[in-house]
Amino acid sequence: MENLAQIAMESVNFQAIMPSLVLCCFGMVLLLVSVFLERGRTAPICWLSIIGLVVTGIISINGWNDPQAGFAGGVVLDNFATFFNLTCLIAAGLTILMSDSYLHREGYPVAEYYPLILFTTAGAMWMASGTDLMTIFLGLEVLSVSLYVLAGFFRGQLRSNEAGLKYFFLGAFSTGFMLYGVALLYGVTGTTKVAGIAEAIRLMPDASSNPMIIAGAILLSIGFLFKIGAAPFHMWTPDVYQGAPTPITAFMSAGPKAAAFAAFMRVTYISLDSLQVDMSAMFWVLAVLTMTIGNFVAIAQKDVKRMLAFSSISHAGYALVGMVAWNEVGFSGILFYMLVYTFMNIGAFAVLVLIGKQGEDNLTLDGMAGLGYKRPFLGVAMAIFLFSLMGLPPTAGFTGKFFIFAGALKAGYVWLAILGVLNSAVSLYYYLRVMVYMYFRDPVEDFSWVKMEMATIVSILIAIAGVLYLGVLPGPVMELAKLSIF
Amino acid sequence: MEAMLFYLVALVSVISAFFVTKCRNPINSALCLVTTFLCLAVFYVMLQAPFMAAIQIMVYAGAIMVLIIFVIMLLNIGSVGKSRYTHGVAGAIVLSFLSFIVAAKFIAGGTVSKAVGDISAEVVQSYGHTELIGKAMFTEFLLPFEIASILLLVAIVGAVILSKRKV
Repeated sequence: MENLAQIAMESVNFQAIMPSLVLCCFGMVLLLVSVFLERGRTAPICWLSIIGLVVTGIISINGWNDPQAGFAGGVVLDNFATFFNLTCLIAAGLTILMSDSYLHREGYPVAEYYPLILFTTAGAMWMASGTDLMTIFLGLEVLSVSLYVLAGFFRGQLRSNEAGLKYFFLGAFSTGFMLYGVALLYGVTGTTKVAGIAEAIRLMPDASSNPMIIAGAILLSIGFLFKIGAAPFHMWTPDVYQGAPTPITAFMSAGPKAAAFAAFMRVTYISLDSLQVDMSAMFWVLAVLTMTIGNFVAIAQKDVKRMLAFSSISHAGYALVGMVAWNEVGFSGILFYMLVYTFMNIGAFAVLVLIGKQGEDNLTLDGMAGLGYKRPFLGVAMAIFLFSLMGLPPTAGFTGKFFIFAGALKAGYVWLAILGVLNSAVSLYYYLRVMVYMYFRDPVEDFSWVKMEMATIVSILIAIAGVLYLGVLPGPVMELAKLSIF
Repeated sequence: MEAMLFYLVALVSVISAFFVTKCRNPINSALCLVTTFLCLAVFYVMLQAPFMAAIQIMVYAGAIMVLIIFVIMLLNIGSVGKSRYTHGVAGAIVLSFLSFIVAAKFIAGGTVSKAVGDISAEVVQSYGHTELIGKAMFTEFLLPFEIASILLLVAIVGAVILSKRKV
């Protein structure tokens, strides 16, 4: 037998996993440091984790336009991966900024919270840069297991327990589906490499009628669709989003969702390219279903956090429209939209973090009454994020949706674009209702408990800046998104 | 001889799998599950995959079973009373019969049973099954292997956070 150590070392390329490697190192060091801090003192860990994210961000940006492959084709750090890495880093950064005061208010100042977010982000990076189904799968597992813990982080709160447990059980189920899909694809193609599967399927004369390929593709898609929160695999979303700690809800709806889209896109566009007609048809149905269910059920919600959970389902539907289009415009549209969604959704949740009382029972529509007058800054910030979620100019939500629907139109899916726009119109109703409560209802409460925490305000300001910049000047970032296509 | 052994083990595995669902006492169910796992290990040996057989016994019949028994003991689940789970039995029978037909059709058709990829029966014969797995794990799948260590770390940290009495 050959010298194994030599073979193994030849394929090692640390450049290709540098961002996730740095994040993991920071996570492990922070776990160690937190042991030496007195109980309840989390601020140093919080700031160190921000430093970790910034360092990782700089390393990622330095790797732009310098694709690195390594580990026997198991991972590649191309522009596509870097774009998603940066999106996830921004999501994690905004989340951590709003977390520290929140954890103290809710009575769970536990330092391990921050390393877990770093590990989640590292998992997301392996998903975005994985070119081997094994890498993608294990990245997904690191991400999921950390999120199960974070969702159930408030052990004394029944809702948080429910969120953690539900997410864990359903997540374990979807993992099973996905792994079965990977096994079937491996069985029929003899490889787990994304490009290798594409090659093997192309050489097969009857690929689109081979039962193992069809079953494998569907099961694999179910695993991703679950993480994205697309209908009919969205059942977990409302309860988990409502029960989880608010910053974690914000993070879950942006970072991990973007990572799931990244892996999903790489697998479908490269591996299953030969099945384009069938996959596109499947995505068409799923996109319409997801948009419609998300928007119509959101109308009935009284709890703002739960309403935003359904809104996040509908936004997953808009992004799926880009997958249907299967062309450059729709494809770079998804990249752009995920970044936009990160800013606007995390911003909206950051406002909720500030106005919530301990236990967060006041985050209903009635609880928002008069916010615009009592707390003008928070009112304006929330209004900007809601306008962006609606998709109105000059916010980023408009440009994001514009690029995605433009992709669908270019591919000839006129009806899909029309349904998407109609759905946006429906969503006006429940977003505007929050605004009506904020500005046209007499305040029931005086919001005297609201503390303007500096870090959370910074997080909101960054999100506003992102939403307005991407809305007014989408050009430069859109160019980057176009350059990110593999 | 081999065929006879196969049918014998297959019979035992099906019967013990049946009793996993049939037994009212969860401990008995768990013991039946061990029997099923051991039968699967025998299948792996017959398929010339001794490494898989060893893993099957160590991980499933060993570690996971201990975990299940621990959960049963900690949660203090007694034997379930007289309620019978009869509903769904007919559906289960129909469903398993249908999936048997589908599987048999595909296997007989040959579309799903032919070997593809670099690893053929001859390669397994000349290298050895365990050596091939070890080689793949430390060359081609080195990164996933290392990611698994982060996964275990996250799981341990998470378990401590969620179960610690005082945070």
